[in-house]
Amino acid sequence: MNKSVLFGTLAFAGLAAAGASAATLDDVKARGTLNCGVTTGVPGFAEPDSDGVWQGFDVAVCRAVAAAVLGDSDAVTFVPTTGKTRFTSLASGEIDMLARNTTWTFSRDTDLKFDFTGVNYYDGQGFMVPTDLGVASATELDGATVCIQTGTTTELNLADYFRINGMSYEPVPIETGAEAVQQFLAGACDVYTTDRSALAAQRAGFENPDNYMLLPEVVSKEPLGPLVRHGDSEWFDIVKWTLYALIAAEEYGVTQANVEELASAPGDNPEVNRLLGTEGELGAMMGVSNSWAKDAIAAVGNFGEIFDTTIGESTAIGLARGLNAQYTDGGLMYAPPFR
Amino acid sequence: MTTMTDPPKAEGFRIGQLINDTRYRSYTFQFIAIVALIFAFSWLAYNASQNEQLQANGFSYEFMSAPAGYDINQQPISYDSQDTHLRATVIGAINTLIVAFLACVTATVFGVIAGVLRLSNNWIISKLMAVYVEIFRNIPVLIWIIIIFTVAANTFPPMSEFRLPRDGSDPTRTLLFGMFAATNQGVYVPRLTLGDTGWIVIATFLASIAGVFGMRSFARKKLYDEGKVVPVLWPSIAILIVPAVLMQFILGSPLGVENPEMGRFSFDGGILLRPSLIALWFALSIYTGAFIAENVRAGILAISRGQSEAAAALGLRPGRIMSLVVLPQALRVIIPPLISQYLNITKNTSLAIAVGYMDLTATLGGITLNQTGRALECILLLMLFYLTFSLIISAVMNVYNNSVALKER
Amino acid sequence: MSEVHAHTVAFVRTSEIPASPPPVAEAGAVKWIKDNLISGPFNTIMTILGILVVAYLLAGLIPWIANGTWTGADIRECREILQGSGGGCFAVIAERWPQLLFGFQYPDYLRWRPTLAFVLLFLAVPPALFVMFLPRWTLIVTAIYPFVAYWLIWGGTILSPIVAAVGFLVGYLVFTKVEKRGFVQGLAAGIVAAVAVWWIGGVIAEEFSRVGALEVVESRALGGFMLNLILGVVCVSLSIPLGIVLALGRQSKLPIVKGFCVVFIEFVRGVPLITLLFVANVVLAYFFPPNSNPDLIIRVIIMITMFSSAYIAEVIRGGLAALPKGQYEAGDSLGLDYPQSMRLIILPQALKISIPGIVNVAVGLFKDTTLVSVISMFDLVGMIRGPILSSTDWTGVYWELWAAACVLFFIVCYGISQYSQWLERQLRTDHR
Repeated sequence: MNKSVLFGTLAFAGLAAAGASAATLDDVKARGTLNCGVTTGVPGFAEPDSDGVWQGFDVAVCRAVAAAVLGDSDAVTFVPTTGKTRFTSLASGEIDMLARNTTWTFSRDTDLKFDFTGVNYYDGQGFMVPTDLGVASATELDGATVCIQTGTTTELNLADYFRINGMSYEPVPIETGAEAVQQFLAGACDVYTTDRSALAAQRAGFENPDNYMLLPEVVSKEPLGPLVRHGDSEWFDIVKWTLYALIAAEEYGVTQANVEELASAPGDNPEVNRLLGTEGELGAMMGVSNSWAKDAIAAVGNFGEIFDTTIGESTAIGLARGLNAQYTDGGLMYAPPFR
Repeated sequence: MTTMTDPPKAEGFRIGQLINDTRYRSYTFQFIAIVALIFAFSWLAYNASQNEQLQANGFSYEFMSAPAGYDINQQPISYDSQDTHLRATVIGAINTLIVAFLACVTATVFGVIAGVLRLSNNWIISKLMAVYVEIFRNIPVLIWIIIIFTVAANTFPPMSEFRLPRDGSDPTRTLLFGMFAATNQGVYVPRLTLGDTGWIVIATFLASIAGVFGMRSFARKKLYDEGKVVPVLWPSIAILIVPAVLMQFILGSPLGVENPEMGRFSFDGGILLRPSLIALWFALSIYTGAFIAENVRAGILAISRGQSEAAAALGLRPGRIMSLVVLPQALRVIIPPLISQYLNITKNTSLAIAVGYMDLTATLGGITLNQTGRALECILLLMLFYLTFSLIISAVMNVYNNSVALKER
Repeated sequence: MSEVHAHTVAFVRTSEIPASPPPVAEAGAVKWIKDNLISGPFNTIMTILGILVVAYLLAGLIPWIANGTWTGADIRECREILQGSGGGCFAVIAERWPQLLFGFQYPDYLRWRPTLAFVLLFLAVPPALFVMFLPRWTLIVTAIYPFVAYWLIWGGTILSPIVAAVGFLVGYLVFTKVEKRGFVQGLAAGIVAAVAVWWIGGVIAEEFSRVGALEVVESRALGGFMLNLILGVVCVSLSIPLGIVLALGRQSKLPIVKGFCVVFIEFVRGVPLITLLFVANVVLAYFFPPNSNPDLIIRVIIMITMFSSAYIAEVIRGGLAALPKGQYEAGDSLGLDYPQSMRLIILPQALKISIPGIVNVAVGLFKDTTLVSVISMFDLVGMIRGPILSSTDWTGVYWELWAAACVLFFIVCYGISQYSQWLERQLRTDHR
């Protein structure tokens, strides 16, 4: 076994000499699978189920891109990343895209040289406390012990929030969300802070969810979205427009159930026709097949369906659409025209 | 006909000589080695230079002077989130040294006790120590750290039991002796406060310590030169305590004790030993203690039986045989492996990251790296820090080792 | 005189009195207790303390184990079954056992493959360690094992491991042929031949990738205790040859080679393994050609191998230093050149002395493979900290899981160290 690994390394070196820097799309097609970075496990967003199959809201984005590019939503290799490893994994080319509750910030977009392809979840940082702590607002938390997940924007926001409000706190930094929750439940910290969606998701899994409450304050803007490396515009377009295709599909009423039927023949909505490839050559413009959007929707459903089945109100996590509703329903989800 | 072959004629230089001729061979190999090294490093450097991310970001440590933006819980020197990454790094380094020092001290204590007791005649005790050594040596230290961290979070009483209930009734638990509290948010102990003239008291105390040493050497001299036994124990205790206590009274108690007091959420004042520190400290101590115990045992067994029999023949009691005859000699065998155990402890403190202790790995190699994305720079600096620590520790300990080594004629 | 004596004394015993047993207080269990447990006040106190400690530990452990349950689908069912009896909820181990051993991604219908590889390990290791007891041909089993294990664990066509093995074989044969003209020439020719075989064989294996194909399992799917074992075995076996080279390099008279080896060894020994794993995780990818993307597991294997080779080099250097100078001089006086005297005289003896040290490094390294959980690999510790504890089915069941991890590691590490002590005793006999 040992020597074969050496052999493998040699083979890598040989491969490396052959393949110069190629575009991500070509790499993915040649490889036949999409390498997609996800979290190590946040219920509802990305989590392996008991069979080891990844499920969740962010996972669906990966699957949609795989379906659009390769026509197979299972042709994804999920790479679990931590707060520390996610950016280097993407930068070094280990993964083709990162769909991991990553907040779109200025410095990540410019200084770290990534491109955010849009927002699939508008979130904000919140606080969760046990009800018997007797706290109704985050402004009463002066001197509290706060569990945070390290390596995220959360800890920077937290530092800012407490500094601006002239309060002190005792940070308890923890590597993974699961361990932070464990500490919080044991009472080793009074407050647990992270994105409100994750708070809600984790609270839903508690033994006694009613003993814990979310404080009303939202202390930050956390637009979460998939991201790709800077400088590969074709690949950037594909990921971006796959996400928009899911959002647009919900707006136009294209669902997993009726997408095959709608795609079989041009209908009376030209936008839907262009989206599903029955009219025009949108797919070819991006370098993928013309049925890319149809494949993506058929594989994972439209944006609303993904939301409802992974984190929506009917699931254990029970998140309301809120800001993540379509713009027609008062939300922020707005896909540019497919034209 | 010649029976002796002529010495080979001075031929012209042949290529084969580069390999077969010992005169040139070493140069050839060194040349090959250099070329291979240069080739390997330039291959790596070339690949790095081809990486778009690195090209775009360059290699610079300018981010170290930017505000860090995150908070650190254990601050040996003052720090807030607007201080620079450099300061955060320095705090991390100090925290690493703190836990390394604490763990080295306690690991030595555990190790010496366990090592000596394992050789005890008492069957139960020696077997217990054997079980301790085998269990802790054969299970990864990372598991021990996590287990002790879990114990601290789950078996210590929750902080909520110490809080003043809002209905005005008494809390379930109170401070032990009004000074100590073991909670699942950490262990609180009193802090020593230093008044304006407190340094005088401390200086007096330090002078007393020097005095005790002086007195002991005087007593020893008296014993060796004149054979008189001067009592040592009680006078030393008196010298140690009386002047400092007197000074404390004269100056009006400048040296005080600050006890933890219940605040809104947790205790204010006192010193908080966080669960992460406790887990790391304790786990490293008992784990490394098991290894040190084996070194101590091997050291003691290395001293020939004749030594302790000779001491017994002189009428020394077992305790004195151990402390006056066996241990001083065993020390020479024990110290070299002990140094490498101290180095291991220092390196293993980097596992702090598993429990969120804010050491160098968690600040520089953790949060700073995550927030700035400067992986190459951060990890290089991180390694240099540890390398420096290791080199300093081994240098200091080697000096000590040389001073106790057997002076041969 | 004797007759007179016989007559004057009324009774003369003609047979010996059988030895009577010693007094009760000076024999058997009583004496043993007196000597070993209560020989003095201090000793008695220690005995009582010891008994108290043992009693306390057993009082905690026995009900936990005896009242524990091995059935139940999740923590709630478990709590119901236990009814607060203080027993452990070992159902989590029963339910997640395959995950603890194989990780959560290794296809369950393929688990027989790593299991078989593990069982074969017990066939492959003895020939290497019991060289003096077993016939030499059994070493072939050891030599073949790595390739079989690779094929079993990772799957794919059987041609690639065969090509790799053939490459080594051809390289070795060419080396032995050319070696007569000089060690260096032999080595160079061997390497060239092996690379040629790999290159040609690689093309062939690519062509006929269906031949003897097992279902491919990606490195990423490896996890659980299996990952610890793989990392431990692979890295130790790779680092022994590397460690020998480094140790020889450090003793070399060539300043550049020596300097490089010293700097490498001291650097690696001066930094924690975790920083090297960070390098594997976040930095190393920069130093590979763009888009080559070696797997995380390969990067980790590279770094751990570097790490352990530095330690093994120091152990072997100790072995080299322990040899009497006469051995080196003997080699020289026989007219052996450096490679010959090393291979035939120095290394066999030095390695024999170093075996206990190497085993210690191996055990330490095996324990250190748990550190990969910090860089989001799902080894045994990573599985427990990640997917198992975070699943809503088993939140809060840590004691049982960590106890299982402790038991698994203890068995392997204690087994190896006991074995190494036994081996040491075996080896000591032939020095007499």
